[in-house]
This record gives sequence, structure tokens and C-alpha cells, in this order.
Amino acid sequence: MTMVEDLGRLSKRSGPQSSSLQDGSRIAVVGAGPAGSLFSYFLLNMAEAVSLDIGVDLFEPRHFCHRGPAGCNHCGGIVSESLVQRLATEGIMLPDGVVQRGIESYTLHMDVGDVEIETPLAEKRIAAIYRGNGPRNSEPLDTHSFDGYLLELAQEKGANLVPRLVTGVRREDNRMRVTCADQYCNDYDLAVIATGVNSRLVESLEDESREFRRPGRTKTFICEFLLGRDVIRDTFGPSMHVFFLDIPRLKFAALIPKGDYVTLCLLGKDIDDELMQQFFSSPEVMNCFPKGTVPSHVCHCYPRINIDAANPAYSDRLVMIGDSGTTRLFKDGIGASYRTAKAAARTVVFHGTGAEDFEKYYAPTCRAISKDNQVGKVVFGFGSLIQKSRFARRGVLRMTANEQKNANGSRRMSEVLWDLFSGSASYTDVFLRTLHPAYIGSLLWNLVAGNSPSASSRNGHGRGQECDRVEH
Amino acid sequence: MARLGKQYSDGDVIFREGDTGTCMFVIQKGEVEVFVESDGHELILRKIGANDFFGEMALFEHETRTASARAVGPTHVLTIDKKNFLAGVHEDPSLAFRIVKTMSHRIRNLTDRLAKYEEDI
Repeated sequence: MTMVEDLGRLSKRSGPQSSSLQDGSRIAVVGAGPAGSLFSYFLLNMAEAVSLDIGVDLFEPRHFCHRGPAGCNHCGGIVSESLVQRLATEGIMLPDGVVQRGIESYTLHMDVGDVEIETPLAEKRIAAIYRGNGPRNSEPLDTHSFDGYLLELAQEKGANLVPRLVTGVRREDNRMRVTCADQYCNDYDLAVIATGVNSRLVESLEDESREFRRPGRTKTFICEFLLGRDVIRDTFGPSMHVFFLDIPRLKFAALIPKGDYVTLCLLGKDIDDELMQQFFSSPEVMNCFPKGTVPSHVCHCYPRINIDAANPAYSDRLVMIGDSGTTRLFKDGIGASYRTAKAAARTVVFHGTGAEDFEKYYAPTCRAISKDNQVGKVVFGFGSLIQKSRFARRGVLRMTANEQKNANGSRRMSEVLWDLFSGSASYTDVFLRTLHPAYIGSLLWNLVAGNSPSASSRNGHGRGQECDRVEH
Repeated sequence: MARLGKQYSDGDVIFREGDTGTCMFVIQKGEVEVFVESDGHELILRKIGANDFFGEMALFEHETRTASARAVGPTHVLTIDKKNFLAGVHEDPSLAFRIVKTMSHRIRNLTDRLAKYEEDI
């Protein structure tokens, strides 16, 4: 029976069997991005804690020490505040070379003005990183790949790196047979798919089955600008710059300062040249760069991101984690990889590798993420309304700017925006906070005050007006 | 190169005994010494380094800090919010495993020191 037939069988809930790992069991992990490496790390850690002797083969054909596309996992490269804390609690500390820059604030750019939202504790808890070893032609002097670092952790725990491209995963005699492009093949007690959504493997699984649906995807645009460390310090600072611009189909845009580079990340529907042209020619974007000119980028890609969960994402002796399974909508994809990887590792070590085990112990984590994404769609829907309404943008800007000026007052809008931009809180948490009467009352007041004739005469029609702008 | 957390200089106090705590700390770089003051004298309870945590009791109790902590040399310290930690433990109880293990180790260490102290008197 092929793997995809088995996935289809699961969706009909017919006869999955429970099984558990024994001493000598072998596990294949396909893909050494954050999900695959963290799964291997936690699996071996937990197995050691319960004195279970297992072997993990981690399949990854790329070398993360390579610069440019060859070693890159095509991602904006932000490790969220909540994930930085959880990794630190687990004892996983991000080394200096991995952290390209600690983010201290977010600067929100709108046509009605800019406002800088400072970190609540005046502490760097968001990490700007490179998934690979830096952009094409960059100097690798002090750069260390985030994915490469996690892979090293997994290898230190005992995972065996297999530098081969996996082309097929099949069920053979109640074991999982992994085959590679060079005809290598081996049988395992469990196969873990952690290839992300940009891999051919997950695509081919969908092509072979009517029952299995791979994750929904949308195209993004990511590019790197070489500006130099000093210029970045003087222009961008340790601040991530996000844009609320009234550009059709644009959901989110951010400029992320790193070592010598600034990464641009554009999220939206059907990103194309027209959308990018509109974005690059908007004054809010141009004014972020030295002399108001957007330079040529040195490295770019159009990766797809997961916007909908795979269904089903597990079967007997098989599980999909990270972007291959489910992830958070638009934000904190690495955080979702951590959550799904760890949930899968817990399930496998403490419960079993059967479909019933995954349904009972792994699926709740995936469902919680998917459910929160539904709320996220509502939150981004409100965001789109604000993007389209100058009236609303003035109110949001005024409320945020006033909160930032008043160090001791409540910061309801700032905290909502901070958690929305940083992905540090769930969308449900963010949404519930916007229902608080004090938040609604303050927003209404600022909508009125920000759009009153006196405010309008002070604001004029330009950006960065004195009363609304927090200097940075 | 960049480092996460908040930077402290040599001798900077991170928190004081009696403060209300709502977070714990993980050392990113440098050293921290945990101490108590009694009758004008300082007693160093322990000195800890990179990747160690301190102030963890605040995550589980509503009591005030039982000791003070200060940086020894240039130090970077990352704050772990109580809310973030408890939300994580609610979803994944094994997140607390390392803290429980370290606290167990510290209790064992204190027990040994107490036994030695009683022998001495």
C-alpha cells in the first residue's frame, strides 16, 4: 500500500493500529529545516529520558553553510518573542553568529504618519536570522545559518545526517520505505515529513492521491538589500519596519534589518510585478532608504507559504510536521514548526506511532493552530479595513503615538500591534483584547480626535506629522 | 553579530530580595551571582553562567523574591514572562522539565549543604 493510499484510508477513519517505538527502532525524518531538526532533537532528548535507544536518520540534501539559494530555506527570518523565550526555557540559546540583529522595536509606516512601537521590556527578544548562510555573494565572516545551528543540535543529540534527496515514501510490510533520487532506499519504523510546502515530495503525494490534500499555499516575495552595517544602524536601527499601505492584494510588508543586509518580506494575494512596483514606488517605502531611493536587491525569491493545513497530516507510522502539516497564518512559522515538532515527538515517545496515537495526542496541537488561524483571518480582515480607510489609519496612528509618549499609561493598541506584527501572541488573544471596552472606547475617541478639523489642519495630508509621529 | 536579552554591567542588580517577581531569567552571556543580605552581610548563594536560569520561583509562586541577583562582569540576560511560560506549559507540560530537573538538582545541593552545616555545629 502506498503512503498516499494510507493517508486516504485514515481520512475515512478505517482501522488504524497503534504501535510504539522499541529499543533499536529507526526513524526517518525527511527535511532538516526547523521542524525536522527540532523533532529529531526533542525525540532523542525524550527517548534518552525514558532510556529508549532509537536511531534517527535525518535526510537533507542541502548544505546550510552555502550562501544564497543553495543553502537557504526562503523565509523572512524572524524568530518571535514567544519562541525565543520557549527555546531559552528548553536550554536552546541562539548564538551570536545566528542572531543577525536583535529587534528592539517595530516602526509602523502609513500614509498618515509613522510611529515606533518599543518592546514592552526594553529588551531584545526578537531575533532576525538567516535560514541559510546569508544572501548570494555575502561575506560569511560572522554569519551562521539558523537551520544549520538547529541541525547541529540534532546531530549532537545523535541524529544521523543523510545528505540525500528523498523522492518517495511508501508503506512496505508495515514499515515505511524511504527512497532517494540516487536509488538509495531503507525501511523505517516511522517516517516524518518535514519538507515544507516548497518541496516536490509533498506535491507528488497529492498528485498520486485523491484523498490527500497538501497545505494551501500562497506566493510571497523575499529579497535582500545590501546597505552595510553602518547605514543600517543609522537608517533602520534595531527596528523592524512594517507597512500599512492601501495597496490592493498586499496583506503585509516588512523590512527586517540584519547584519549588512535588509530583508524585504511581502505577503499578499497573487504577488506580481504590478504589486511590487506599487510598493516600491510608495513614499513610505522610499523614505526608509538612504536618499529616498530603493536600491537594487542582490538576492530574491518567490517562496510559497502554507496558508491552510494538510489533510490528513498523519497516518500509521507517518506524520507531517511544520509547514508540511500546519502552520500559523502569515506569522511565526518557525514557532509553529517548534510546536508541531515537539507535539509529534511527545506522541511518538510517550504514546505510539499509530494513527490513533497521532489523532489523540498530535492532532489537538494542529487543530489549535488551525482554529487560531480562523480568528487570524478575521484579525487580518480588520487590518485590511484599516489599510483601506484613511479615517481609521489616523485613529490608529494617534492612539499608538499617544500611548508611546506616555510611558506609564496603558498601551492597548501598541500591545495589539506588537503582538500582531511579532506573532508573539495567538490571534485569538489579540482579537479578544480588541473587544475590551477600554480598547474600543479609546479607539473611538482617537478616531474622532484624529479626524477632527483641528487635527486635520495640523496633520495636513503628508506623512510623519509632528503630533502623530514618535521620533526615532 | 548580535545578542538577545538585556545588557547589564558588572555589579548591576537585576532584581532585589523582596521585589515582586513576574518572570524568570536566562543568562545569554556572562555570569550572575545570587545573594542574600543579613545584618549588613552578604551571603553568596550561588554563581551561575551562560544558559543557566534564575528567579524561577516567581513563575510558580506569588511570593516576593527570596534573594537578590546581580551581574558579574558584562552580562546579557533574557527575561521569560510568567504568562508566556505558563501558556507554554499548559500546551506542553514537558516545557517545564528542564526547570524541574534543575530545581531538583538545587534542592539536592541545598540538602547536602544543610547536612554538612548540621554536622559542623
